[in-house]
Amino acid sequence: MNAENSPKRRKNISYAKWGYLFIAPFFISFIIFSLFPLLSTIYYSFFKYYRQGLKIIGPTFIGFENFSNLFRTDLLNYLGNTLIMWIIGFIPQITVALLLAAWFTNQRLHLRGQGFFKTVIYMPNLIMASAFAMLFFALFSDNGPVNGSLQALGILSQPFRFLASVTGTRGLICFMNFLMWFGNTTILLMAAIMGVDPGLYEAAEIDGATSNQMFWRITIPLIRPIMAYVLITSLIGGLQMFDVPQILTNGAGNPDRSATTMIMYLNNHMYSKNYGMAGAVSTVLFLICAILCFLVYFIMSGSNDSVKKERKGGVHK
Amino acid sequence: MKKARKITAMLLALAMMTGVMATVSGCQSGTAASTAAPAESQAAPSSEAPAAEGKTLNIWCWNDEFQSRFNDYYPEVKEVAKDKSTTTLNDGTVVKWTINPNDNNNYQNKLDQALLSQESAAADDKIDIFLVEADYALKYVDSEYTLDVKKDIGLEDSDLSNQYQYTQDIVTDKNGALKGTTWQATPGLFAYRRSIAKAVLGTDDPTKVQEALSDWDKFNSVAAQASTKGYKMLSGYDDSYRTFSNNVSAPWVTDTTATVDPNLMNWVKQTKEYTDKGYNNKTSLWDDKWQADQGPSGKVFGFFYSTWGINFTLLGNSLKTPVAEGGKEEVGNGVYGDYAVCQGPQSYYWGGTWICGAKGSDNLGTIKNVMKSLTSDSTIMKKITTDTQDYTNNKAAMEEIANSDFKSAFLGGQNHIKLFAEVAPKIDMSNAGPYDQGMNESLQKSFKDYFNGSVDLEKAKANFEKTVKEKYPEITEIKWPS
Repeated sequence: MNAENSPKRRKNISYAKWGYLFIAPFFISFIIFSLFPLLSTIYYSFFKYYRQGLKIIGPTFIGFENFSNLFRTDLLNYLGNTLIMWIIGFIPQITVALLLAAWFTNQRLHLRGQGFFKTVIYMPNLIMASAFAMLFFALFSDNGPVNGSLQALGILSQPFRFLASVTGTRGLICFMNFLMWFGNTTILLMAAIMGVDPGLYEAAEIDGATSNQMFWRITIPLIRPIMAYVLITSLIGGLQMFDVPQILTNGAGNPDRSATTMIMYLNNHMYSKNYGMAGAVSTVLFLICAILCFLVYFIMSGSNDSVKKERKGGVHK
Repeated sequence: MKKARKITAMLLALAMMTGVMATVSGCQSGTAASTAAPAESQAAPSSEAPAAEGKTLNIWCWNDEFQSRFNDYYPEVKEVAKDKSTTTLNDGTVVKWTINPNDNNNYQNKLDQALLSQESAAADDKIDIFLVEADYALKYVDSEYTLDVKKDIGLEDSDLSNQYQYTQDIVTDKNGALKGTTWQATPGLFAYRRSIAKAVLGTDDPTKVQEALSDWDKFNSVAAQASTKGYKMLSGYDDSYRTFSNNVSAPWVTDTTATVDPNLMNWVKQTKEYTDKGYNNKTSLWDDKWQADQGPSGKVFGFFYSTWGINFTLLGNSLKTPVAEGGKEEVGNGVYGDYAVCQGPQSYYWGGTWICGAKGSDNLGTIKNVMKSLTSDSTIMKKITTDTQDYTNNKAAMEEIANSDFKSAFLGGQNHIKLFAEVAPKIDMSNAGPYDQGMNESLQKSFKDYFNGSVDLEKAKANFEKTVKEKYPEITEIKWPS
């Protein structure tokens, strides 16, 4: 009440508490639903704790035994599978997304029907990944429509057994991930490009820069922070690749376990209620994820700073 | 200021990352609990005497086979809900069906979770009856979660006297208590296409075809003959699996060691040979091509099937227009009538469903009634066989049908019950164990790569060992035949 009367005091009122209050729900739910399960996952990774039939074995503390067992299995193979499938899917994803984003935002091209295309390329992301995988499973099965039409066109004499070959299976998974995510990335990159000051393009145009030069010299450096964001979220998503390969290979990750991702491996342990090993896999995955993200973050933001400094230097001249 | 913002941004990114991570692990441990059926609002008033029957009978199973038997043949059924999720009995008891698919130990895992929380569940949420399959029956039989059929539920020896002995042996625990009972016996036969047999062997007569297929060497030479005429002997990799896995010399697991039986390696050898020579169609059990192979477009000589497979699966797959689309089960619709059965090279069984009473149930009277009507009432069982061609667990009734002029139109007028009655008493389940489903599925999946040619034999073996150790943490060693 006093505060209302004296303008001097009003200045000292801290609005910070409202800020804290508004962000509190996130932190409360984060602690209950994320932090606590995370800590208990790490905790159980040091225990022998599984189910044998209807008997519960453990929990018995066994130190790092789960981890040493884990590294004696094919863990690195599964990590390799995951990264390979992520990279093969990500390269076309970012290329196509950049190209489309550049086209959609290009003032001179002035593409018509943008709204329509933006909706269409985003569509695959709206379908549940498992439904999408089921669809591909049916389309590319040995007597599915893809093989049927390839044979009818005379391209193949025998059906190609996609899911029996390593390339076929991995290729399908990468293709699906690409289809599902390139629309999303396009929209993000478009937002980034539209945030670039149009004056820069005008100036470059007056100076006689080609659109190629403008793309590489203006657009790419300036959207780098968003690129970093896209890369990090895609990396996290890629390391957690699960539903598409799981459904497509019917949970087996075959042929030769070459489509078994880290999370599928984790799921195998979860499925047999082996909480100790599952905890260990989760913890390792968490560490890998954290290290890779920090790496990406520092590389991207480090070079970003130097770009800014260069530009500042230029202005001062 | 800028630095502080950067650190906040990083912390937030980290928080998001851990959030996503934790949900992955959190979700999975939560799924099992969420499958329990929601509580029914019409719970019995608590003032009732404790001996009174509960108003809800919870039945757990993995497909609708038992559900349809129950709805069609249990005399107390009053009405079935439109979506079939519940069945109301004459005394007002509501039967609630919980159906979880069987694949990849899914049913077992969900059932385990529910049984472990059976004690703390509300009376109307407790499982009353659950069904088990031969491949893992022992796991539940040897646990404290199943009721003794005679002592707890109250069936008499005279009720059970007409059942096949093996159907009782497999559900008898270490102390000799009978823990379950079944309405069916599941001897296996070889079902072949009459028209293809005529083209390959010049006859479709079951006795003559049986002569041509009576051992594996003869079977292989018929496969070669069929191949030259453009037919496949078998559809896929797992078709003959049961004939090998039922004739093993020891159970899968003893203590913490799993042993791969030499006879299973014979299956691997035969299947690899068939695949390389083009005697099979490279399918897997239950996939769409396998099912299509059983229908009008199929060019496959025959399928190993047990009792339920013939009336439940093969018949459905043989039709050109499925019943759901208005087709009729009659000659002229697809290859209905073009199948016949013979004993095949080796005797075996496949599947079979047992009814178990769950500990903690408050519906003992109803359970007794269900078991009595569906597994020991010979009138009902005879009716099931003549209506559905299923082979029921009643020696006297089956003998009667075997010696009658019963004819199956689906099998071109053959009395297949007679063949079943001959092989049913020979079934030996002494090597069945609690690990069978998981082990069999792992072996089939791991060696599929070998048959497809994407890995060599040693790699397939190594992959099998990996999946087994993931499925069963307690197994430490896997022995291969030398």
